[in-house]
Amino acid sequence: MGEKVFMKGNEALGEAAVRSGCRLFFGYPITPASELAEYMAYRLPQVGGVFIQAESEVAASNMIYGAGAAGKYAMTASSSPGVSLMQEAISYMAGAEVPAVIINLIRGGPGLGDIQPAQSDYFQAVKGGGHGDYRNLVYAPSTLQEAVDLMPMLFQNAFKYRMLAMMVVDGLVGQMMEAVEFKYDIDPDSIPVPDWALSGKKMHGGKKNVNTSLELDPNKLAEHNFKLFEKYQKVYENERMFEAFELEEPDIDVMIVAYGTAARIIKTAVKNLRAKGYKVGLFRPITLWPFPDKELKEYAEKTEHILTVEMSMGQLIEDVKLSIFDPNKKYHLMPYPGGIVPTPKEVEDKVIEILKGGAK
Amino acid sequence: MGNLQVVYEVPKIYTGPNHYCPGCFHGIIHRVIAEILQEEGWDDISIGIAPVGCAVLAYDYIDIDWFEAPHGRACANATGIKWAWPDRLVFTYQGDGDAASIGFAETSYAAVRGVNITTIMVNNAVYGMTGGQMAPTTLVGMKTTTSPYGRDPKYAGYPVKMAEHIAQFEGTALSVRVSAFDPQHVLDMKKWIKKAFQYQMEGKGYTFIEVVSTCPTNWRMDPVKAAEFVKNEMIKVYPLGVYKDVGEEKKEG
Repeated sequence: MGEKVFMKGNEALGEAAVRSGCRLFFGYPITPASELAEYMAYRLPQVGGVFIQAESEVAASNMIYGAGAAGKYAMTASSSPGVSLMQEAISYMAGAEVPAVIINLIRGGPGLGDIQPAQSDYFQAVKGGGHGDYRNLVYAPSTLQEAVDLMPMLFQNAFKYRMLAMMVVDGLVGQMMEAVEFKYDIDPDSIPVPDWALSGKKMHGGKKNVNTSLELDPNKLAEHNFKLFEKYQKVYENERMFEAFELEEPDIDVMIVAYGTAARIIKTAVKNLRAKGYKVGLFRPITLWPFPDKELKEYAEKTEHILTVEMSMGQLIEDVKLSIFDPNKKYHLMPYPGGIVPTPKEVEDKVIEILKGGAK
Repeated sequence: MGNLQVVYEVPKIYTGPNHYCPGCFHGIIHRVIAEILQEEGWDDISIGIAPVGCAVLAYDYIDIDWFEAPHGRACANATGIKWAWPDRLVFTYQGDGDAASIGFAETSYAAVRGVNITTIMVNNAVYGMTGGQMAPTTLVGMKTTTSPYGRDPKYAGYPVKMAEHIAQFEGTALSVRVSAFDPQHVLDMKKWIKKAFQYQMEGKGYTFIEVVSTCPTNWRMDPVKAAEFVKNEMIKVYPLGVYKDVGEEKKEG
């Protein structure tokens, strides 16, 4: 407990899941997420857990769907093309209110794209890549340490709200080696089996449990949809997370909005710009859904210029504009598609250009 | 009245009435499963996985825990459930379109991995619930709504023989094809489904029971003719029998 170790990101994410109490991992190899499956294949047998290599991401996601319905912590990890294949199970899990954890180490797309770090699955994660009305809890840590710190919360909130918790990080977090500290080690036997779990009737008083996303009566399905959205409203009220970095003054020249690896890089740009006398700060959503919209709007009161820097072609900026909902603000976008990572210098130049009035 | 005794009753955990068409074997197969689970006292520890297809509401008819799967994914879901609770009895109940077309990979890989679950696949040669389209199991020349001139191998290939396919994998403990077109075959079906569940509880590996069944509605036949069609035509293409039984193999060895 508490020791600091030097680990590859994917392996640390796996160890974090084990220490969160997860003993079931179902996965399929894909770059840049494979080391997470490899680590679980090595680690889970040591702690009485089970690693299964599925025949596809379709199967892997349906295995966590089954295990979650059986009331146990289960996880899979993949990267963009694989997560596209998981959208079926993700939609069903939302309908059937089955908790599980999926890690998406996003790579550049569309299609096979490349294997470089990207954020281009923002819409898929946040707006629903599967069919039907639903939401997922979506966490977007910006460092490996933050990812490790968040991991128990993903499992706990998935089970608290009976919904999928997804962590989106780019390949950089998964592939980089960093010092990381594990501050917890949860005994899976201390995690109660929910009374709704499929575990055989004798486990829950002889009355059968049925887990289904099917409801043929449109009135009853509508009722279920309203019930789900009451739950999502509670999640929205309770679970919004963000970081405000260098946004204390009442007036800010430019507020940058970014998450994940992009935000980590932008902190350097903010420090450099501050040293030159520019009043620049960073608003960093940690949960992408629920999106910290009220908080973003409050900070936006301090500035005229909002610069969104994202490793995608203008996905995050839609939620930024919707949150602030003020046509008098000036919205700027720096899109980094294709697996290209922003540099502090580029962001610094852009901020200076905006303040000179040269940027559109 | 003193010499009267109950010789047969519907199992208590069989909770009909069901929605199946007259002459369909689903009701018989459900009842047989319910009988086995009740007789062996397994109903308290069983988790069934219902498919997408005519048996989508199977969870209403047997009083055990149930999971309703996405189309074809039953064996993947069952794999997750089984590893969550390895000592429970976990079985999938699927149609031929579910298990042998959209779920061909999931079903095959349950056998490849030798997952300790049981699949009961009901083969009636059509997609029943969606209105009688061609299935992977449709006989050559058989007319369906998507093979209106009869199944033509030039475009649609040939019937998929699942009991034979599943038997090839080392992870399979039992692969049997049965039917239910007369009382003797119903009793035979019961014997093999029970054996499959027993093998599962003994941890022997994947067990697979294919039941050659009817679809009177989509075959445009009355129940008697549909049962005769199974007896006279279907089992020519789908011969009944034991394709793999590790118990028997061990005895012989």
